Amino acid sequence: MTVSPSVAPLRETFGGAIERHLVSCGDTIVYVARARIHEALAWLKATPEQDYNYLTDVTAVEYRDPERPLEVVWQLRSLGRRADLRLKVALDKRAPLEVPTATDLWRGADWLEREVFDMFGITFTGHPDLRRILMWETYAEGFPLRKDFPLRGHFSRAEQTRQALAANPEAQYSLEELSIAETFHELPKDMRERLQRGERGFIT
Amino acid sequence: MSTRTIDMALATPGMNADGQLTRVPLGVGGTNTEEYGVPGQYDEDFGAEHMLVNIGPQHPATHGVLRLVVELEGETVKRVIPHIGYLHSGFEKLGEYRHYNQIVPLTDRTDYLAPMANNVGFALAVEKLMGIEITERCRVLRVIACEMSRIISHLVWLGTTGIDLGAFTPFLWSFQERERVYDLQEAWTGARLTTSLTRVGGMMADIPDGWEQGLRDFTRTFPKTLREVDTMFTRNAIWCGRTQGVGILSAEEAINHSLSGPMLRASGVDYDVRKDRPYLGYDDYDFDVPVGEHGDIYDRYRVRLEEMWQSTRILEQALDRLKPGPINIDDPRVVLPPKSRAMSDMEAMIFHFKQVMEGVKPPVGEAYMGIENPKGELGYYMVSDGTAKPVRWRIRPPSFINLSSLPRMCEGALLSDVIAINASVDIVMGEVDR
Repeated sequence: MTVSPSVAPLRETFGGAIERHLVSCGDTIVYVARARIHEALAWLKATPEQDYNYLTDVTAVEYRDPERPLEVVWQLRSLGRRADLRLKVALDKRAPLEVPTATDLWRGADWLEREVFDMFGITFTGHPDLRRILMWETYAEGFPLRKDFPLRGHFSRAEQTRQALAANPEAQYSLEELSIAETFHELPKDMRERLQRGERGFIT
Repeated sequence: MSTRTIDMALATPGMNADGQLTRVPLGVGGTNTEEYGVPGQYDEDFGAEHMLVNIGPQHPATHGVLRLVVELEGETVKRVIPHIGYLHSGFEKLGEYRHYNQIVPLTDRTDYLAPMANNVGFALAVEKLMGIEITERCRVLRVIACEMSRIISHLVWLGTTGIDLGAFTPFLWSFQERERVYDLQEAWTGARLTTSLTRVGGMMADIPDGWEQGLRDFTRTFPKTLREVDTMFTRNAIWCGRTQGVGILSAEEAINHSLSGPMLRASGVDYDVRKDRPYLGYDDYDFDVPVGEHGDIYDRYRVRLEEMWQSTRILEQALDRLKPGPINIDDPRVVLPPKSRAMSDMEAMIFHFKQVMEGVKPPVGEAYMGIENPKGELGYYMVSDGTAKPVRWRIRPPSFINLSSLPRMCEGALLSDVIAINASVDIVMGEVDR
């Protein structure tokens, strides 16, 4: 079980912001304070000796123990050095779930962060287009991968069916798209008004 | 005329952290702006020529239930907004309620064009979590499973992309060959799609008698089809015209977009998990990794075509190495004891009971295991708290991440190129939406 050689320089540069590190199944995991995570990611990417130029994955973990904080996970890779590193930020569930975005460093983080937002409700501050990606935009049951989310969802099957049957075609276009469309002014007046008020889809 | 955005007090999908609505693009065509009740916020000149085209989700050229909303200026694409999630099945959530071996059937259904490779990746991830060393025969069989999957997946890609670009014949050739692999797969696993081939610590079944000969026959005759496809496409004027210089991504962009697999290599980045992070003893096999240089659709085609040749080579070498031996590790806490022993031996029966009722229990810890799937790097990130069900089962989906570069690749392309570019990404919606 060897610790990644990047841990010592990280500790040197960021000092107390590196909370702890451990090795699990041969992978090195470094816990970083939330306040400096973006700085640490940028440093790992830009420093030539580190050269973590590839973002393999962004995800989150919620443990079954409700006291344990949520963790946001970044899997980094240096394509040149063929080395991997896993960074984590622990988020206290009682505080707002927010971490800075990495989309300014890697474009690939865009959809990955949207998925974490969609599934866990973690906000990536500074993300240019943070909205649901796998669930539809008007999905109102919560964040599916949270442990307090029941496997079958919060709503009853009858309610889920009712909403599906009542689904409104206008909910299938975002306002962003309708505003591009030349057909916007051809929509019925009441629909236009509702769109302008921001009522899209069917939320109860 | 360029795309501009303005602040606008309307509900938009672009919401910031505080739930505040941020921006909406201009572009409602030039009628009376007063009508919208938001005077001065629509530009008369802008957008009059812009048209919105909806492609999918029920459209054969989107390769599944992908919906693209394309903003066009004339025939030039200004912007593409992909909508995904129509096939979302919550596999990751379901996995948290299942034993490790019960998750294997879920992996079949993610990348359903290469189910055996998914099974292998999942088993490897759990074995990494548990520190299990699998048997030699199992390792070779898994290599065979992975490379068979690569061939069938690339054949589907080749055939459907050919159809998208107007070539029908190679589709028939490739699906004919694919059917031969499927016959072998069916003889081995009993299923065409729901293979569920692997178990933690081994395999669901060994190959049947005489099966190797069937695969040998395939590896001998398959190159003939590849040569025919090569003759048909590689120097074909229409094919070259439609694919060369279209959908270009430079090496820096490909890395920045976290692309993987043939998409990354076509852009000139020499990274293949099989070579750079060897698993299953891939470092002992003699094969080459094709790398493109232009990063366009044509290079992606060349890379995938060459990968099928190389997979055939690997299959031949794997068949030579296939020696008789056990396929499962000898650890009754991980692998079910044989039924005959479970019925006659008290200890084996207890292990059988504990296996079925409680499942495999990895120690507390977490592991990320990436394998080179046909679509790219498929990663499984497993977190265990010592119980029989994972705390978190994360799939790093190569199709999903590759697809996220689509808006970038389509900028400034023609509408017909969108179809070609989308085909070149080689997505499978089961994996994009999971």
